[in-house]
Amino acid sequence: MIGGLFIYNHKGEVLISRVYRDDIGRNAVDAFRVNVIHARQQVRSPVTNIARTSFFHIKRSNIWLAAVTKQNVNAAMVFEFLYKMCDVMTAYFGKISEENIKNNFVLIYELLDEILDFGYPQNSETGALKTFITQQGIKGQHQTKEEQSQITSQVTGQIGWRREGIKYRRNELFLDVLESVNLLMSPQGQVLSAHVSGRVVMKSYLSGMPECKFGMNDKIVIDKQGKGGTTDDPGKSELGGSGKQSIAIDDCTFHQCVRLSKFDSERSISFIPPDGEYELMRYRTTKDIILPFRVIPLVREVGRTKLEVKVVIKSNFKPSLLAQKIEVRIPTPLNTSGVQVICMKGKAKYKASENAIVWKIKRMAGMKESQISAEIELLPTNDKKKWARPPISMNFEVPFAPSGLKVRYLKVFESKLNYSDHDVIKWVRYIGRSGIYETRC
Amino acid sequence: MPAVSKGDGMRGLAVFISDIRNCKSKEAEIKRINKELANIRSKFKGDKALDGYSKKKYVCKLLFIFLLGHDIDFGHMEAVNLLSSNKYTEKQIGYLFISVLVNSNSELIRLINNAIKNDLSSRNPTFMCLALHCIANVGSREMAEAFAGEIPRILVAGDTMDSVKQSAALCLLRLYKTSPDLVLMGEWTSRVVHLLNDQHMGVVTAAISLITCLSQKNPDEFKTCVSLAVSRLSRIVSSASTDLQDYTYYFVPAPWLSCKLLRLLQCYPPPEDGAVKGRLVECLETILNKAQEPPKSKKVQHSNAKNAILFEAISLIIHYDSEPNLLVRACNQLGQFLQHRETNLRYLALESMCTLASSEFSHEAVKTHIETVINALKTERDVSVRQRAADLLYAMCDRSNAKQIVAEMLSYLETADYSIREEMVLKVAILAEKYAVDYSWYVDTILNLIRIAGDYVSEEVWYRVIQIVINRDDVQGYAAKTVFEALQAPACHENMVKVGGYILGEFGNLIAGDPRSSPLVQFNLLHSKFHLCSVPTRALLLSAYIKFINLFPETKSTIQEVLRSDSQIRNSDVELQQRAVEYLKLSSIASTDVLATVLEEMPPFPERESSILAKLKKKKGPGAVSVNELEEGKREGGELNGGGERGGDNSAIATSNASTPSPSADLLGLRAGPPVTAAAPSAGSLLVDVFSEAGVNDDGFLRDLEPPTESSDSLLAEGPGDSDSAPPSVVSEDPAPPLPESNELLNKFVCKNNGVLFENQLLQIGIKSEYRQNLGRMYLFYGNKTSVQFVTFSTTVTCPGELQSQLNVQSKPVEPLIEGGAQVQQVINIECLTDFSDAPLLNIKFRYGGALQNLTLKLPVTINKFFQPTEMASHDFFQRWKQLSLPQQEAQKIFKANHAMDTEVLKAKLLGLGMALLENVDPNPENFVCAGVIQTKAQQVGSLLRLEPKRASSDVPINRAQQ
Repeated sequence: MIGGLFIYNHKGEVLISRVYRDDIGRNAVDAFRVNVIHARQQVRSPVTNIARTSFFHIKRSNIWLAAVTKQNVNAAMVFEFLYKMCDVMTAYFGKISEENIKNNFVLIYELLDEILDFGYPQNSETGALKTFITQQGIKGQHQTKEEQSQITSQVTGQIGWRREGIKYRRNELFLDVLESVNLLMSPQGQVLSAHVSGRVVMKSYLSGMPECKFGMNDKIVIDKQGKGGTTDDPGKSELGGSGKQSIAIDDCTFHQCVRLSKFDSERSISFIPPDGEYELMRYRTTKDIILPFRVIPLVREVGRTKLEVKVVIKSNFKPSLLAQKIEVRIPTPLNTSGVQVICMKGKAKYKASENAIVWKIKRMAGMKESQISAEIELLPTNDKKKWARPPISMNFEVPFAPSGLKVRYLKVFESKLNYSDHDVIKWVRYIGRSGIYETRC
Repeated sequence: MPAVSKGDGMRGLAVFISDIRNCKSKEAEIKRINKELANIRSKFKGDKALDGYSKKKYVCKLLFIFLLGHDIDFGHMEAVNLLSSNKYTEKQIGYLFISVLVNSNSELIRLINNAIKNDLSSRNPTFMCLALHCIANVGSREMAEAFAGEIPRILVAGDTMDSVKQSAALCLLRLYKTSPDLVLMGEWTSRVVHLLNDQHMGVVTAAISLITCLSQKNPDEFKTCVSLAVSRLSRIVSSASTDLQDYTYYFVPAPWLSCKLLRLLQCYPPPEDGAVKGRLVECLETILNKAQEPPKSKKVQHSNAKNAILFEAISLIIHYDSEPNLLVRACNQLGQFLQHRETNLRYLALESMCTLASSEFSHEAVKTHIETVINALKTERDVSVRQRAADLLYAMCDRSNAKQIVAEMLSYLETADYSIREEMVLKVAILAEKYAVDYSWYVDTILNLIRIAGDYVSEEVWYRVIQIVINRDDVQGYAAKTVFEALQAPACHENMVKVGGYILGEFGNLIAGDPRSSPLVQFNLLHSKFHLCSVPTRALLLSAYIKFINLFPETKSTIQEVLRSDSQIRNSDVELQQRAVEYLKLSSIASTDVLATVLEEMPPFPERESSILAKLKKKKGPGAVSVNELEEGKREGGELNGGGERGGDNSAIATSNASTPSPSADLLGLRAGPPVTAAAPSAGSLLVDVFSEAGVNDDGFLRDLEPPTESSDSLLAEGPGDSDSAPPSVVSEDPAPPLPESNELLNKFVCKNNGVLFENQLLQIGIKSEYRQNLGRMYLFYGNKTSVQFVTFSTTVTCPGELQSQLNVQSKPVEPLIEGGAQVQQVINIECLTDFSDAPLLNIKFRYGGALQNLTLKLPVTINKFFQPTEMASHDFFQRWKQLSLPQQEAQKIFKANHAMDTEVLKAKLLGLGMALLENVDPNPENFVCAGVIQTKAQQVGSLLRLEPKRASSDVPINRAQQ
């Protein structure tokens, strides 16, 4: 169980320190600072053991969050909790920064009291928390007994993430499919590794206690239905390049509201949604990924003091779609003394502070190609070490899901109130972003 | 030296550094550095040549970046260019870069060396100094190769500036430390020594560091420096505080130089020249006098400087260890410091006193401060000071104050810091043992120790208590009573339970008379602790229980009940289970006689070096406990433990053994008896070898299948039970009494002529002998097992008492020197005049590392060596046998065999005895008969031997007849 939780700024100063168990002493705070934050070598492992005490840390921009324990805890649980805690803090006061944490420290301590009890994680659902931890100060006098008992029954009840009696004039539902595509490609264009990790994020403004059902083109479901005889209309696909109908999901996790028993037996995703924004599911696919861009590098070393680089990028999706925020990062050797760049489209610049040429293109349609060429001058050095040639990396955003995931339906049933599935306004959006998208050169 | 002028302040560098300082995160810092590096690269790459100023600026930036922890792989060339500049600042930065970042890159090294050479020969002192500093800072082998010849010349040249000389001396010191083989002083030696006479104090200070280092390696070459150093020292010490101007530090004249001079003198023995010595003693006295004067300043620097000299002087006095007067004065001075309010001074005083305590001249003087030291132990705030106080108490302890010191240490132990507890425990245990006047005090102390700091009492300590209790009859009853009382505490430490279990198991009968500690009460008390103990302790307790069954038959049923319970007999630990099963079986099957034999009281342990002492030595590292002290301790311990009982009735033992066919008898000969076969190993396991240094598994089962032969031998010999006498090395000029083991050693050689007679950590003695008629020749081989040579090695062979007229022994002298690892041989001729029963003594004396080693062994010469085998027919044999009917002509002995009777082994033993084994003589083929003639100069004695093994009863009547 978690013995304590500390938040540090980038200098290692303690912003928040909450100790839950007696086995964690005051010196634990310093031990982490000395051995991890100020360590001579950068500490890469998220788990550090110092004197039989385990420190689990994550970093958000310049802020370190560290959970400490002396017991043999489930590390995955601790990290899940830390990420959840970040989400909660973001939901309360926006970006996690030193300033925000300092301004909201009372709130954070209040939250920590609520979501961790004697080191055991409790309800960390933002929606539920917001009903009784507010930033408006004490209003205990105004709260009726009824309201208080309602909170108690909600927090301790079966559906802890949604309170009763929610009413909206307009029943609306937003569904975003957010994916990040990761790639490592050889210089010859061979895919060495590729996977997509995606999230389904929902924002629901629904009255009452609605029951929702979510359907997508999961291969297992489609095949089952295919056997049943009902075939979907082929070629209906609106998505990027491929016209495939179903995708194979490697693994997925759900929000606590999803009925897992039903998913296990029927593979259908049904749930009573929390109010507001939440992440319905996370998934990962590795097969048949649509790679939105292809990078073709060409590097030529001219003698010891010169390097010629040419990079071509090709967009590989429907011409009607537009990719945005494209950025190609071409690493330069450490002994670069000067760079000349020519590019046809966008802007390119040598950034000495990052040891890279950064090429930015605002927009690019599908099935196009663009090119950059650069001449790099080198300074002869004493080191005989050869340049390691780090891969060329890329960033972009495309309006489709590179995994090929499609939302087939999202049905809402509310038996008690008088609105039906058709009265709910639903919005669906697909965003594909680059994760680590690299090509070796 | 030229100061950096304002115009030279590098603005770009300052801006860069402040940028870095202002970076919010590591990433931002790396970005800024990358940008700067790219900038510098483009500047260095640029076509137009850079001026000296910008080169210096960029090299500075690179240096700064490097010091931040980033790799720099360019800019070396620019730095080397800076070396040839004529501006001090540019040259300085160039050298700085080179000395920080240079690697053995061949092309650059050549350029750098060239630049250094130019500067060394430039006659500009500033540049010469810069070059020398660079050489010293790099200090690599390449540098030494290039300049080791050049620098001594600069050092002793008449026209070299003083500042350059200083740098040269220190540079040479550095090169000498890294590659001593390249720095050859040879011809320069005397001129370097004479630098001690230099006018310039700075030069002397630098030179003395060099000389100290050099004279540590080859003291003889630099011997002349002693008188120079003494005269220099006396000049400084006697000078008024204003004489030395720049070198007076807070009214103390040249404190650093004085300290270094005193340290140099510590490399040498006291000067032989009376005048020099007188002067030195005068100096030391002056220093001690000055310490008494009221301080000239209240500043801490003043007292620090003064005390630094004083402490250095005191360590010189301790080093010489020859001036009782000075030693006592030093001790008194330190005594004053003991009460000083400066913690550091108290620490140093305690530390120095520790060494003073080991000097014979000042031991008494140190002892007068005992109250202060005890007070320090109790009240000091700083743990390191308390540690020193404990060390000092240990060092000053002797017979007179042992009780007080041990009591104080014990009471301190209750509140002592965890870090020093274990060491304290060991010290208390050693002191208690070393200076124990009566053993009840010893037992009390150790039990107290276990009670107070049980966790820190190592195995060795409680092993030692048991050893001493077992070896000393007079204390056994008291010990049993005391442990019984100690065990009554509701919570007692596991070590206490171990000691209690062992002692009650052995000697519980001594207190069983008292109804308050009746057998059953004792057992219940022990058993109440059983469930709180770890497995090894439980195993020990089980052994104690089975011993109880033997001691108190009335407890048998209770104990059997306990053994039979599921928690024992089905214990998941295999060791416990096995013990429970076997003990249960043993107790129910074996008769009381067998039980009594199997579970007999433990034989006394042979004396060895206290393993606790060894442990302390290991803990403290060599040198922490002075050798003298240990030796002294051993002597006192030896006298105490051995006291008067030494020797024993050796002749009786020798004879009784002479008639034993199996000299290497062991306790487990019992295994021959079928009913106890299963139990035998567990009986063996009771023979805990409590001294075994490697005794991790304190009473491990399997290991004890072969019990220590030494102790079982002494069982057999029924005598040396009380011969826990002299430790192996006794410091005394008289021949040491024979080793307690010598009887056992002797027994080993009854039936054989060759083998290893004796072996310890230092020495191994091998033996090879041959006998013909009444003459014998013995070759002794002395092997030095250490790497240090033995000096004044001498051996003498003596025949004590009436043996002188019975045996004629002549030995040739041996080499007085044995090199480490070498072996020397000695030949001894022996002539047997008439029959004898004692053995000649061999006394060996030598010095090992300055300590006199003295040991005495018995030479394995027994009467049977002069047997001449005689063949005889059956008829003849029995005729002669019958003739020998007079009582003085016949000896018959019936004894239990200690081994399984194996015909072949017996035959071999009988042959080894020297007689002829007569086959087909005795009508009973089981019996053995032998015949032989003992050849002495005076007469020849025929003897017949008949051995009748009786398997059923395991009894062996043996008849021996003499004519």
